[in-house]
Amino acid sequence: MHLDHSHHAPAVGADAHRPDGTRRALRIGLGGPVGSGKTATVAALCRQLRQELSLAVVTNDIYTREDAEFLLREAVLPPERITAVETGACPHTAIRDDISANLEAVEDLEDAVGPLDLILVESGGDNLTATFSKGLVDAQVFVIDVAGGDDIPRKGGPGVTTADLLVVNKTDLAPYVGSDLARMAADAKAQRAELPVVFQSLRGETGVADVAAWVRERLAAWTA
Amino acid sequence: MSRAALLVLADGRFPAGGHAHSGGAEAAVKAGRVTCAASLEDFCRGRAHTAGLVAGALAAAAVLGMDAAELDAAADARTPSPALRAAARRLGRQLLRAARASWPSDELDALAGAFPKGAHQPVVLGLAARAAGLGPEDAAYCAAYESVSGPATATVRLLSLDPFDATGVLARLAPELDRVADSAVEAARRAVTEGVDALPAASGPLLEVGAEWHAAWPVRLFAS
Ligand SMILES: Nc1nc2c(ncn2[C@@H]2O[C@H](COP(=O)(O)OP(=O)(O)OP(=O)(O)O)[C@@H](O)[C@H]2O)c(=O)[nH]1
Ligand SMILES: [Mg+2]
Repeated sequence: MHLDHSHHAPAVGADAHRPDGTRRALRIGLGGPVGSGKTATVAALCRQLRQELSLAVVTNDIYTREDAEFLLREAVLPPERITAVETGACPHTAIRDDISANLEAVEDLEDAVGPLDLILVESGGDNLTATFSKGLVDAQVFVIDVAGGDDIPRKGGPGVTTADLLVVNKTDLAPYVGSDLARMAADAKAQRAELPVVFQSLRGETGVADVAAWVRERLAAWTA
Repeated sequence: MSRAALLVLADGRFPAGGHAHSGGAEAAVKAGRVTCAASLEDFCRGRAHTAGLVAGALAAAAVLGMDAAELDAAADARTPSPALRAAARRLGRQLLRAARASWPSDELDALAGAFPKGAHQPVVLGLAARAAGLGPEDAAYCAAYESVSGPATATVRLLSLDPFDATGVLARLAPELDRVADSAVEAARRAVTEGVDALPAASGPLLEVGAEWHAAWPVRLFAS
């Protein structure tokens, strides 16, 4: 049995370098409940960042390829920069407990279209406890929306409480569904202390600008 | 040798990508061949004596030190369905990542170098068992058990089958799995002197046909 640590080729994904010694892309995960706007946020981020960065996307659909197909249809990136992972009916397993298929997808993207600056990994829509493994992503965004009930920030849970960025999406719908944005902001603050929260409407003028700014900050820290 | 290493390798939670695969159960459920615990048991029995036996012999032969490339070619020859060959290589690649992280060894590193896109899963399983200090019987047991445990857990999700019934199926099959593992090891020992042609080539035609059919579906819960 060999239990020494003399094996240099990285076998696991958290390693910040690729086998050839170059720095790998920053990986950001986007998780959150079904329909909260993860794919729409990914699409908007690609449109904002694709001029300045080399980008790729991995989607995790539960039983279709709809997210990947939406991104392809919208032509936010060339098709070879978008990969769909099949998750076997269990989206959180594929991003947290057994990340092997996702690691393979990010590594294959870097091999095929790299060098890449940034890979966005979208989780299949899941529940409030779904978080990404640190072996898969370097930072994670949790996307909820105002229409899912304004008590979600108060309920907390690992996604809301620990994600590196909480996005409260679809603020344009707040008046129609009776969601109290001030209360959501106060509850989120109570759950997250200093961790950032962005209120966003992809239908509004500023769109994804705040999230894109946060991504640029993470990238600056990654490459520093 | 550590007996507990066998439990680590055989654990359904070992992060090697298996959760996204149904071992042919999704196709069998859709075709109406698996509808309840009794038909699941028939399905699993057939798989154990065909796919399970072949995988067990390949894995045991790898533990006994047979050439990995030769075993990989033998696995190809015993897998008519291109979709199943692709799935076996994908699972092999994922298992190799987990095994290298768990039991670092020069042999596993060399296998990764020789098969960057993955060798057949049973071959990797055998070399992983070897790196863990396990014997050919252990590897054959892992392969035989995996051949039925994957479909059983997948069927719990696909049919909302009572999980106790599914576990009962596995328990009733245990004596047969003993015999499958025994014959697998016996064949592997013969192959060491007689060559890979002495390895079993049992196959379930419906598993192969079903895999091709399944791979073409636009909507499915499992990757294979
Ligand atoms: N009004 C409004 N609708 C939005 C906004 N963002 C997204 N949507 C819509 O919400 C719906 C769901 O958005 P997606 O981006 O597909 O949501 P998702 O989180 O990726 O969904 P799953 O992947 O299925 O979990 C779509 O119809 C979007 O157009 C927003 O800011 N305002
Ligand atoms: Mg989506």
